[in-house]
Amino acid sequence: MWIEALIAVTLASAAAVFLAPNKVAGKLAFALSLLPLVGSLWMYSTYEASGNALLSGSTLAFETNTEWVVAGPYSLNWHVGLDGIGMPLVALTTVLTSLALLASWTPIQERQSQFYGLMLFLEASLIGVFTALDFFVWFVFWEMVLVPMYVLIGVWGGPRRKYAAIKMFVYTNIASLALFIGFVALVFGLGDSVTTFDMPTVAQALRAGELGSLGPVGPETLKLAAFVAMFVGFAVKVPVVPFHTWLPDAHVEAPTPVSIMLAGVLLKMGTYALLRFNFTMLPDVAQQNAQLIAIFAVVSVIYGAMLALAQTDLKRIVAYSSVSSMGYVILGLVAYTVYGLGGATFQMVAHGLISGLMFMAVGVIYNTTHTRMVSDMSGLASKMPITVAVFVAGAFGYMGLPLMAGFAAELFIFLGAFGAFEGSVAFTAAAMFGIVIVAGYLLLAMQRTLFGEFEVETDYEVGPAAFHDVAPLVVLVLLVILLGVDPNIFFEMIQDAVNPLVPEAGGGV
Amino acid sequence: MAYQLPAWAALAPTLVLVATALVLFLIDSIDPDSENRALLAGVSVLGSLAAAGFAVWFLLAGTGDEPISLYADTLVVDTMTLFFAFVFASVTALVSVASYDYMRDHSYQGEYYALVMLAATGMTLMPAANSLAVVFVSLELSSLPSYALVAILKKNRGSVEAGLKYFLIGALSSSILAYGISLVYGASGSLLLPEVAGAAGTEGLTGVLGIGVLMILGGFAFKTASVPFHFWAPEAYEGAPAPISAFLSSASKAAGFAVAFRVFTVAFPVDAYLASIDWVLAVQILAVVTMTLGNFAAATQDTVKRMLAYSSVGHAGYALIGLAALSGGNDQFVLGASMTHLLVYGFMNTGAFLFIALAEYWSVGRTFEDYNGLAKQAPFACVAMTVFMFSLAGLPPFGGFLSKYFLFAGAVGAGFWWLAAVGAINSALSLYYYSRVVKAMWIEEPTREFDIESKPVGLYAAIVAAAVATVLLLPGFAPVWEFAQSAAGALVA
Repeated sequence: MWIEALIAVTLASAAAVFLAPNKVAGKLAFALSLLPLVGSLWMYSTYEASGNALLSGSTLAFETNTEWVVAGPYSLNWHVGLDGIGMPLVALTTVLTSLALLASWTPIQERQSQFYGLMLFLEASLIGVFTALDFFVWFVFWEMVLVPMYVLIGVWGGPRRKYAAIKMFVYTNIASLALFIGFVALVFGLGDSVTTFDMPTVAQALRAGELGSLGPVGPETLKLAAFVAMFVGFAVKVPVVPFHTWLPDAHVEAPTPVSIMLAGVLLKMGTYALLRFNFTMLPDVAQQNAQLIAIFAVVSVIYGAMLALAQTDLKRIVAYSSVSSMGYVILGLVAYTVYGLGGATFQMVAHGLISGLMFMAVGVIYNTTHTRMVSDMSGLASKMPITVAVFVAGAFGYMGLPLMAGFAAELFIFLGAFGAFEGSVAFTAAAMFGIVIVAGYLLLAMQRTLFGEFEVETDYEVGPAAFHDVAPLVVLVLLVILLGVDPNIFFEMIQDAVNPLVPEAGGGV
Repeated sequence: MAYQLPAWAALAPTLVLVATALVLFLIDSIDPDSENRALLAGVSVLGSLAAAGFAVWFLLAGTGDEPISLYADTLVVDTMTLFFAFVFASVTALVSVASYDYMRDHSYQGEYYALVMLAATGMTLMPAANSLAVVFVSLELSSLPSYALVAILKKNRGSVEAGLKYFLIGALSSSILAYGISLVYGASGSLLLPEVAGAAGTEGLTGVLGIGVLMILGGFAFKTASVPFHFWAPEAYEGAPAPISAFLSSASKAAGFAVAFRVFTVAFPVDAYLASIDWVLAVQILAVVTMTLGNFAAATQDTVKRMLAYSSVGHAGYALIGLAALSGGNDQFVLGASMTHLLVYGFMNTGAFLFIALAEYWSVGRTFEDYNGLAKQAPFACVAMTVFMFSLAGLPPFGGFLSKYFLFAGAVGAGFWWLAAVGAINSALSLYYYSRVVKAMWIEEPTREFDIESKPVGLYAAIVAAAVATVLLLPGFAPVWEFAQSAAGALVA
């Protein structure tokens, strides 16, 4: 019942905040968001599970599986549960939401109760995505994310917010349709043996090779078509180049807290779903097309980084670097080794924290200077030392400096990808070169904005940021370092869930 | 010893509604100029809630599991009758609550509520009709009060014009229906639906029977606002008082479908008729044309109410899939899906029109632009409207998602994947115009100052109730689905 309680409490909080007066909404929302936060940390501390949620022989934490609707031969169940992949992402969601709410106090100055209500609604939907194990329940939560996101960007965003919000909505909604068709075709293709949309049942049947024909379409074609449909559906969310164009627009126009949620958690929905659906259910198709997918991954890494290098807006730099970082996740997934899959999942958490940190830092700088243009500012370090220190720490995390979370994640991914499939050495080497570009643009940006003579072209007084603006940054830096120093906090759990996917692993690294 | 209710008590939802109408007339005749809106609205709400309560009670108690025949088999109460009685009664309750505020300062208060109750009575009779005569009478009983209700704003040109248009097309359709019934009677020698079924093989009269069937189909197409008898719908919905638009486009339409489902499955069963009269093909064409035309027309409207009116035509097309996909061997599933969609639609569409009523109450204006920035003033109502819009578009997490999904899945299961494909494409298109409303309310800056001083309690209560129902219909989908399945099973299994 704990997962249900977690979602219900968050939804109830959202409703309460929505009805609260604007003046108290921010503080109330933050206070209420501590409930799911403490809840998820408690769940984490008492977490007892083993194996992968979709494979047989695993025990799940906090699992519920009851019948929901029986429709003809098919049944839909309310099935939720956590394994080592879901648990870290749920924890990430609750941590980032609370911090993002704290970071909203300064920038959000109108219609607060609606804003905070929607943020909590978003949190509830995200928890649902990472816990649901029945396709229909999962899809409901998956789409539920879009509604608050659309309004959050469209109302509180920058000057081109309407365009960005609608673009995001249209892109991701069409993507959802594609993945829906892909998955449902698979279930129908399984024929009479599987009459449920339960993800574990479907995954096990697919892995056992029970897929039959669907009308005139043979099993191999069906498999490939469904894989492509789902891959496109999820790739838009990740986003993978060339499906990424909605993301920079959405990021740049979204208010800071929404960017934090977007980069920190929403993008993980895409990679999480890729892992759960494409790579868990149809591993053979993934491996047959490993090179092709790896091209997508490497292009995302390099092209995203190059685009970031070309930007002059701090927020755009961070936004494009997300494209690049998520490319690493795809590379880890396609490697399909214990290190690759584990590293990819670890990178989801690590990137969630680091990108959240970076967006928050850019937001704080923007709140103070009212500009995000690299050319408009220099020498911020002398005026707002703590913010700048944290920004630097975050950037180091992005570059993958040792003892930071990003290092562990990227190391695992490269270890896992190296030699995993034909040509993987070349792909891995190319992706590794991405780190150099990342370091390049981050160092360049920092050198121009943070150091040197102080000068900002703005009419606003530049000074240290408020405590509630800096505090979440510091918390995030600590978390990033903690994960970097002791990756096992999450990595053992992740390995435990990922190992059963790889036949030759035999459990344990 | 358990007390056994007499058989006629199975009609309790209908009887309660007609009794409520009579009570309202009584109140009105004692005090013809009654301004006591609370009393009138209260009686209507209580009456319709009691009717809904009876329907739910009977459903849960299993009253309809064995069909109860009444009055020489001319009426039959089974799960489907009760299922639809619940739909009509709950929509009537919502409309009555909302009318409390909307009809303020209008004359003919007593008549208004009494007519609503009478129309609802006719609607609850429609799914129970087991004889073509009762089909005609109950259809007229629900139509005649509707004509008057559409035109009840006597000082408003739009309302009167809409009423007249509705009446003229209604009269034409009624005569077509009556003529169709007479042809069928001539070919089969009976008005009772089960006996009509036996006429399928009648030598030499196939042509007469076929024309009769098509004309009856035309009569139902009018009631359900399906192409080509849909012309009245946008006019009537736009001109009528908004709660009445809600009433007509949700309950009245569902009633048309209810009676069509029974007539076409019981009197003209597919397996007996398909060889000689392929009415399924006619319905398929009707469904495709209706949803496509409705959706494209909705996408080009400038006023929100007209957009909703055309989208309501589109939804008639979706519901027609229930009939169009018969003969595919998946009858119970697809018919049940259609009924489920009508129930969900009852709440989400009523809610949407009631939101229009709220906007009209505030004199916000009619076009999309007039709704700009409304969420700043009335966030709570706008959340509800957002729920209705996304649910109508078939997006999760709302009730409309699963009901549409099952409808399309049913069509695919019956082998009519192209029907489902047309439906899905239309559904995707509909997201465009539904989200225009959401965009206007939440994202656009207001173009002018609003003058929202009061928050009408009745309208708010009705809208919130509809929104809550629309959301809860997703987790609560299982019982609805089961009742719809057993209702459909009574017809085709």
